Amino acid sequence: MNTFKKTIFSVLASLLIIGNVYASDKIRIGTEGAYPPWNSKDASGKLIGFEVELAWSLCRYMEKQCVIVEQDWDGMIPALIMRKFDAIMAGMSITAERQKAISFSQGYADEVASLAVMKGSSLEGMDTPEGINLTLGGSEVNKALKTLTGALAGKTVCVQTATIHQNFLESGDVGKINLRTYKTQDEVNLDLASGRCDAALAAAVAFTDYAEKSGKSVVLVGPTFSGGAFGNGVGVGIRQDDTELLKAFNKAIEKARKNGDISRIATKWFGFDASM
Amino acid sequence: MDFELMINSFPKLLNATVITLKLLSVSLIVGLFIGLLFAILRLNKNIFINKFAYGYSYVFRGTPLLVQIFIIYFGLGQIEYLRSTFLWVILKEPYWCAIIAFALNTGAYTSEILRSAFQTIKPGIIEAGKSLGISNKIIFYKIQIPIAIRQSLPAYGNEIILMMKGTSLASTVTLMDLTGVAKYIISTTFKPIEVFIVAGGIYLFMTFVIHNVIKFLEKKYSFSQ
Amino acid sequence: MELLAFGKTGWGDELFYATLMTIAVSITAMFIGFFFASIFTPLKLSKHKSLNLIGNFYTTVIRGVPELLVIYLFFFGGSGAIMFVASMFGYNDYIEINAFITGSFAIGIISGAYSTEVFRGAIQSIDKGQFEAAKVLGFSKFSQFYKIILPQMLRLAIPNLSNVWQITLKDTSLISVTGLVEIMRQSYIAAGSTRDPLFFYCFAAVLYLLLTYFSMKFINKLEVRYSRGY
Repeated sequence: MNTFKKTIFSVLASLLIIGNVYASDKIRIGTEGAYPPWNSKDASGKLIGFEVELAWSLCRYMEKQCVIVEQDWDGMIPALIMRKFDAIMAGMSITAERQKAISFSQGYADEVASLAVMKGSSLEGMDTPEGINLTLGGSEVNKALKTLTGALAGKTVCVQTATIHQNFLESGDVGKINLRTYKTQDEVNLDLASGRCDAALAAAVAFTDYAEKSGKSVVLVGPTFSGGAFGNGVGVGIRQDDTELLKAFNKAIEKARKNGDISRIATKWFGFDASM
Repeated sequence: MDFELMINSFPKLLNATVITLKLLSVSLIVGLFIGLLFAILRLNKNIFINKFAYGYSYVFRGTPLLVQIFIIYFGLGQIEYLRSTFLWVILKEPYWCAIIAFALNTGAYTSEILRSAFQTIKPGIIEAGKSLGISNKIIFYKIQIPIAIRQSLPAYGNEIILMMKGTSLASTVTLMDLTGVAKYIISTTFKPIEVFIVAGGIYLFMTFVIHNVIKFLEKKYSFSQ
Repeated sequence: MELLAFGKTGWGDELFYATLMTIAVSITAMFIGFFFASIFTPLKLSKHKSLNLIGNFYTTVIRGVPELLVIYLFFFGGSGAIMFVASMFGYNDYIEINAFITGSFAIGIISGAYSTEVFRGAIQSIDKGQFEAAKVLGFSKFSQFYKIILPQMLRLAIPNLSNVWQITLKDTSLISVTGLVEIMRQSYIAAGSTRDPLFFYCFAAVLYLLLTYFSMKFINKLEVRYSRGY
């Protein structure tokens, strides 16, 4: 029992102290794998999606080897700071608040957000413009926000936690609502479909993707949102002191955009050109 | 160490503690009734009732609370039939789903605590009651139950603390309890240590209070056996 | 039932590996817990008040704060702390510690607090005469502990350690934050992909029950073996 205990102790100690030292040339890119069509997993568990393909393309331009790592959304930025990976490509919009903690490359694609409800909901057929941009503002925008505030008053609206969508709903622009936050977009979809949520807010494509795959009658309502709390497009998240990597990514994005790669991959996954 | 953050987050966390306490108290009260019921069922001579009660206790103590809460919240929410019944009014709300899961869970542990307390009552006491001509029913309600409750205090005090920690799982089904708000603050400020100290401190304080209340009750209701 | 099939279309094989992972993490965490207990139990039993305080701090805090918070703290703060310590030794490159170690360590810290209490209680219930006899017979301090006290302590501790094992096993369901694919996380993935949470979470419950059942059988055998001679 004596030597047995000693060996266990030393094995554990070495495992814990030495850990797994990583000294390599590869760039590790973190993604959620649960936000189609940006990133998701196929039936065998492999990471796929717009950003996965774009990542391979950018790495080719940077002439570096890449590894794509899966990470839960709510731990994404801490994991980057902790050096679990070197870059985030997870449909993460560039916002001022996030820029306090990390740097972003230039945007490579944009998504518009939209409210979604189940078919037959009382919120269908809202009288709002097709899309509003919160950064541009204006009377049209204000009118639309007023309509939304009235329609959503006291209703239960669901979002994924730590997202720009949550920020928008908390900003007060749509008044007082019953906000519910979930760990993943999947959970939001589940509760929307089961009727626990009167409405949900996320990227428009996330809902259309869910409607398609699940066959549930989810419909988009209200205007599409962009700007303001919704940030300025989606970019690559990078540690603030990693200036070399940031430059490399920006160069690669430029090249990919010029060669039409981003448009091509975006059209393939979104059905339209979502590139920036 | 960001002391400003700690001071700023304290009121928000304290607010959320109210929800934690609500969850805890309702779950414990319902769980106590469930526990008492199943403890009695377990002592029943009928083998089917006995095994059924044992099965309930085995399942709820042998599976993680997280699985139980997910089954009740996400699993039941999936059943189309349920959504059309009046039960949906209750199951729709994450608060009630959490209460149901917590109550069933603590009910299982409580039933075990009470059962073993019943079984360790000295037979002499019951015999004394019988020889005094007291009916079985009154022996049960006026002698056995009070003694069992007193015997269970230490173990039940432990269960209260375990349940208090269990309420933190309500944060996995959208409820903004103390842990939920702590997680939210951590994910927006990226300062886990500071938030942990404040939130953890609140939990520790509650543990301290519960522990001392139980100790007080133990002293007050102790008797020599 | 086809959902559980092994192979490409079914989730059977993923869940099988996830179960193995749960077992692996639980066992590793248990041993890490023993490691912590071996440090903190003596502290709690020490005559020095300050050492007592350290030991009590560990068990009180870890057992009084929800596991989710401990795991969250460890995951978000842990790696940073380790790297901070490493940088003090001049090692400035990044250290990657894989999810298995992180998860097992987080659960291990929690498991250790409970184990510490169990060992402390066990040692305190060994008849004082045993300690005295060991000393009087001239055993070295080392042998006193390993040859006389430890075997008795283990026998007394096994029933309560089985409780700690149950707690540890169930706590592994909470480490999905580290991305480790154990039973809970795999069920979560399968439930999301097939949009059938009821089936997969109920199946996860069944898996945990099976693990509990077989662990108890094994522990009962251990109890019998260690009670030999009593």
